[in-house]
Amino acid sequence: MSKNKDTVLSIALVTPSIVAVGIFIYGFIAWSVRVSLSNWKGLLPDYSWAGLKNYINLFSDPRFLVDVRNTVVFTVIFVLGCLAVGLALAIMLDQNLKGEAFFRSLFLFPMAISFIVTGVVWRWLMNPAAGDRMSGFNLLFSNLGLDFLVNSWHLTPRWGMAAIALAAIWQMSGYTMALYLGGLRAIPDEIREAARVDGASEFRIYTNIIFPLLRPVTLSAMIILGHISLKVFDLIIAIAGKQLPLDVPAIYMWQTTFDGYFFSRGAAIGILLLLSVAVLIIPYLYYTLRSEAEI
Amino acid sequence: MSTTALSKPLRRLPFQWRHLLYLPLILMSIFYLIPLYLMLTTGLKGFEEINLQTMWDLPKSIRFDNFIAAFQTLAPYMWNSFSMVIPAAIISSFLGSINGFVLAKWKFRGADLIFPLILFGMFIPYQSILIPLVEFMKTINMYGGLPGLVLAHVIYGIPITTLTFRNYYASLPKELVEASRMDGAGLLGTYWYILLPLSWPSFVVVLIWQFTSAWNDFLFAVVLTNPQAWPITVALNNMAGSQIIAWNIQMAGSFLAAVPTLLVYIFLGRYFLRGLMAGSLKG
Repeated sequence: MSKNKDTVLSIALVTPSIVAVGIFIYGFIAWSVRVSLSNWKGLLPDYSWAGLKNYINLFSDPRFLVDVRNTVVFTVIFVLGCLAVGLALAIMLDQNLKGEAFFRSLFLFPMAISFIVTGVVWRWLMNPAAGDRMSGFNLLFSNLGLDFLVNSWHLTPRWGMAAIALAAIWQMSGYTMALYLGGLRAIPDEIREAARVDGASEFRIYTNIIFPLLRPVTLSAMIILGHISLKVFDLIIAIAGKQLPLDVPAIYMWQTTFDGYFFSRGAAIGILLLLSVAVLIIPYLYYTLRSEAEI
Repeated sequence: MSTTALSKPLRRLPFQWRHLLYLPLILMSIFYLIPLYLMLTTGLKGFEEINLQTMWDLPKSIRFDNFIAAFQTLAPYMWNSFSMVIPAAIISSFLGSINGFVLAKWKFRGADLIFPLILFGMFIPYQSILIPLVEFMKTINMYGGLPGLVLAHVIYGIPITTLTFRNYYASLPKELVEASRMDGAGLLGTYWYILLPLSWPSFVVVLIWQFTSAWNDFLFAVVLTNPQAWPITVALNNMAGSQIIAWNIQMAGSFLAAVPTLLVYIFLGRYFLRGLMAGSLKG
């Protein structure tokens, strides 16, 4: 048995996967870029050169500008909501309470469910119909005498995305809790003990010691959640279908490509999405893998 | 991290009123359980009890009308999902195991460059590869049916499965591999007789992770399959969008669509959590 033979064999073993990833990810990205630089509109491929026309048009396209605004609204509410809920739950569960494992499993179960299931149920929870057709949360609020809380949810003008973000927070805040709980458990007890010996209050221990130590977890969570919110698609489709006030780039891409056959514009939206995700993920991969290598 | 998350902490809040924490925890539990409550109670009501005005009430008697009606509509699509998800999960797990083994134990030149390139594939928005994917599937005659969808899940699953196995194999002591080489085992022998038998926990993690993500996927399914091959997510979404199918059937259908992955979560939650953490590189 020679070392050379093993090297050849190991390359042969990973080659199919590397070729597959090379083609299906990098080859296809390059192909999408090429489509985005063409005039392809219609069922038959048209690779005539259009330069950056599709990109330039998108930035003056009212629908795409709505999409960008919606993505920003969704991202801010969704990320902040998940971080706040996740951190609060993690701190509470970190107090060594009885039943911790039960609560932890319960807060995380939405991660096992598809955005489609979540969306279909939340579609009825957030049903904005009034009168006899009133249902979901509005009906609950009305029955409890909390009529001031009755609202039109995702059909609220301008702020409908906030309702979508609420459903997304339901789904992903448990995951954020798990990230924070991991971070809290990684802080050595000695640090807290030392602070207590020095007479620091529990509150001060959190604000001055624990929260600064959790900053890397917050950063990771923001990146993971942020890239999820850039890709949000099925949740909106399941809650509201395709409606302009709740449009996002992923839905625009899908509709313009597969309903409108405007392939070059669809490809341009896809590439813009990729760039926005890459800005978040490439530095994250770089630092994560580098710190792993240092250990 | 996943192991530390499971170990019990020593510290406690020093004050007595930490029991008050149960109040917000229980309120939050109710919040997380609301959709499940609605799906279950609606599903268990008889048709005559179905009324939007009483949607929050508990069923007066346990009936399965809604579940049966939903199942009759959705059964073929659930079957599609199972017959797509199982091969996809198994094939991508094996590929991940081989890749992870090579990348962790037999470092060839360039392995350190290839690994991040594979990982990046885990995070890309699939909209950026969707048009070529559809064109490619049409060219190789795999567009519209389940085999094409399996292929997509296998290939786009390679990054996460490779990562999980690579981290696992990298955590095993070097001596294992060295000892087997001293005994004259080759690359495949070492993998087959030494590492593979030790890998079952990672196989569980990766299999249930791939099962869950392929089961829950919507984007690939809606773009790559025609109505006969629709998996459950696409069929359910279609059902919810139609004006004909009543909300109670939609609720029962949602529950049916969630049951397989919920059962996996309930019985194998520990492994599910590890997959989740690996997905954010926190494994």
